[in-house]
Amino acid sequence: MARRQNAGGTFVVVLVPYLWLAALFLVPCLIILKISLSQTAIAQPPYTPVYDFAVGWAGFKEFISGLSFQNYSALAQDTIYLSSYLKSLQVAAVSTAILLVIGYPLAYGISRATGRWQALLVLLVILPFWTSFLIRVYAWITILQTDGLFNRALQALGIISAPVAWLASDTAVYIGIVYSYLPFMVLPLYASLQHVDDSLLEAAADLGCRRWKAFWKITVPLSLPGAIAGALLCFIPVVGEFVIPDLLGSSSSMMIGQTLWTEFFSNKDWPIAGAIAIVLLIVLVGPIAGFEFIRARDLKGR
Amino acid sequence: MRASFAPWADPGAKPLLRLEGVSKRFADTAAVDNLSLDIFEREFFALLGPSGSGKTTLLRLLAGFERPDSGKILLDGEDIAGVPPYRRPVNMMFQNYALFPHLNVASNIAFGLRQERMPRREIRQRVAELLALVKLEGLERRRPHQLSGGQRQRVALARSLAKRPKVLLLDEPLAALDRKLREQTQFELAKLQEQLGTTFVIVTHDQQEAMTMAHRMAVMDNGRLIQVAPPSEVYEQPASRWVADFIGDVNLLEGEVKTTQSGVATVAGKNGEEFRLAVSADIWPGMHVWAALRPEKIQVGPQPPAGAADNKFRGVVEDIAYRGNVIVYRVKLALGDELMASVANASRLMELPISRGDEVWLSWPAAAGVLLSH
Repeated sequence: MARRQNAGGTFVVVLVPYLWLAALFLVPCLIILKISLSQTAIAQPPYTPVYDFAVGWAGFKEFISGLSFQNYSALAQDTIYLSSYLKSLQVAAVSTAILLVIGYPLAYGISRATGRWQALLVLLVILPFWTSFLIRVYAWITILQTDGLFNRALQALGIISAPVAWLASDTAVYIGIVYSYLPFMVLPLYASLQHVDDSLLEAAADLGCRRWKAFWKITVPLSLPGAIAGALLCFIPVVGEFVIPDLLGSSSSMMIGQTLWTEFFSNKDWPIAGAIAIVLLIVLVGPIAGFEFIRARDLKGR
Repeated sequence: MRASFAPWADPGAKPLLRLEGVSKRFADTAAVDNLSLDIFEREFFALLGPSGSGKTTLLRLLAGFERPDSGKILLDGEDIAGVPPYRRPVNMMFQNYALFPHLNVASNIAFGLRQERMPRREIRQRVAELLALVKLEGLERRRPHQLSGGQRQRVALARSLAKRPKVLLLDEPLAALDRKLREQTQFELAKLQEQLGTTFVIVTHDQQEAMTMAHRMAVMDNGRLIQVAPPSEVYEQPASRWVADFIGDVNLLEGEVKTTQSGVATVAGKNGEEFRLAVSADIWPGMHVWAALRPEKIQVGPQPPAGAADNKFRGVVEDIAYRGNVIVYRVKLALGDELMASVANASRLMELPISRGDEVWLSWPAAAGVLLSH
């Protein structure tokens, strides 16, 4: 009885975020989808057709017939788009791999630290969030420039003899991405590693496992959901990353975010930019669905 | 209590597990303090003590999770004090069971066997045997979180038995079960131990549990063994006041031994009463002693007992605790001592024959209690 009475309240509570999502996510998505099916025009807004609510049913039919998939076929025909997508996927894949390699030991170390240290180390991981993301990426420009901190440090250590041009290279993009996304990898990993009970490792040792084997057989599988969550939290936004490659990368091979920006702002081609965004969304739905599936399974498991 | 089995009484018997002067300190507290102990093959041995007494540390020393600061731990005559846990023929059942949440029941049980690289077919066979042993057939594909507490406990037991250890260590194995299931499991565990012939060393804070299952129990306090004996001996012949008080309920009467005659000591109590109790070898006249008297060994009656009794005292009932199976009377003697006496609730009368404020007589034979010198 009490449950049924609650159902109405629950419905309202659930409705609010869904309305929010509908207004700020679904509706803009549909607008972009509509724009991607339009043609460019020298007009305000810079595309046709534009639906006029006053024209009625006949006008609507005309409006629909004005839409086409020609922007999508344009995407397929020009290799610049395909190479941008591939470049983005490659950068995202490589940086996710680097983030895992750096983030796992970091998260493991934090999870094995004693209580007070653990809190402090977690704080240090999230500390960069207290400064604007944009400012932190700009800071990397000064660090990586020819007479910057990075070159001087490497020279002082005798690793390089002459300054290296780090900026406007893939290396700089990777440095920027790994730096910016590390907390997103470390935090979910830490959360899952923290829940690995010491007694499980003792049980593994008791049953014949040396330390590294217990780590491999117990810790690694139990931290896998955290690793997958971290990987997706990094991979998905990195694919669409614009600021980091724009500020630190070269303009010779653009990531899809940069291509989209160019189409939208420089070429004023909103429809093709819309099509790029829609295709990107579809490409990324796969990993997001995978993430949700794993999360749902995890929740059920607990 | 268990059937007759007493290798510890045989001076020629070789212990399976021998601890010699084992010490383990954490910071500035001695968790285990210069402890020596023999445990025999096929024995069910219980470590009992209050929390912080060092019983869990002792178990972890046997498992290899802790290394002793000094002393020897001999298994079959070989010192294993420095052998890591993964190379000891000893397995442990953990208090929280420590089942691997990502593995199903069969894989949990097979975990240790896979580390040994046992052939697949043999593993499957052994797992099936163990599942039958702990009556979990048909659940091999379940994950730990899909099992009830009792089932998890059985998986943990099967997993710890899978490698056929020489010694099985059990850390509070029944603590997480509810009372009915725990009592039932106590008998099952004792039966299983007898059937397998594996040496069991169990840590528990539950004296009922230790007494029900163990051949011998060690009462620990502050890292030392206070008494190591079969449960009945610990109960009837406690080594000290502390043990008498820790195991079960007891009345302790302070006094001085006046005379010892034909096996009976006459003791003058602090309040001037005199009582007679059986005397053991280390009691002599003039000694300061405590008489330890179990409440159930005192007779309570409204009239003085007929005939001669070694001890009979008049008193007034101060309190009555009705516990269902027994009724406990708190009686204040005329001379000022307070005694607890419990009477089995044999009849089913709603009206208790004795009520609060009544005058009663307490009596007990000399053999009912023991005299303790410390």
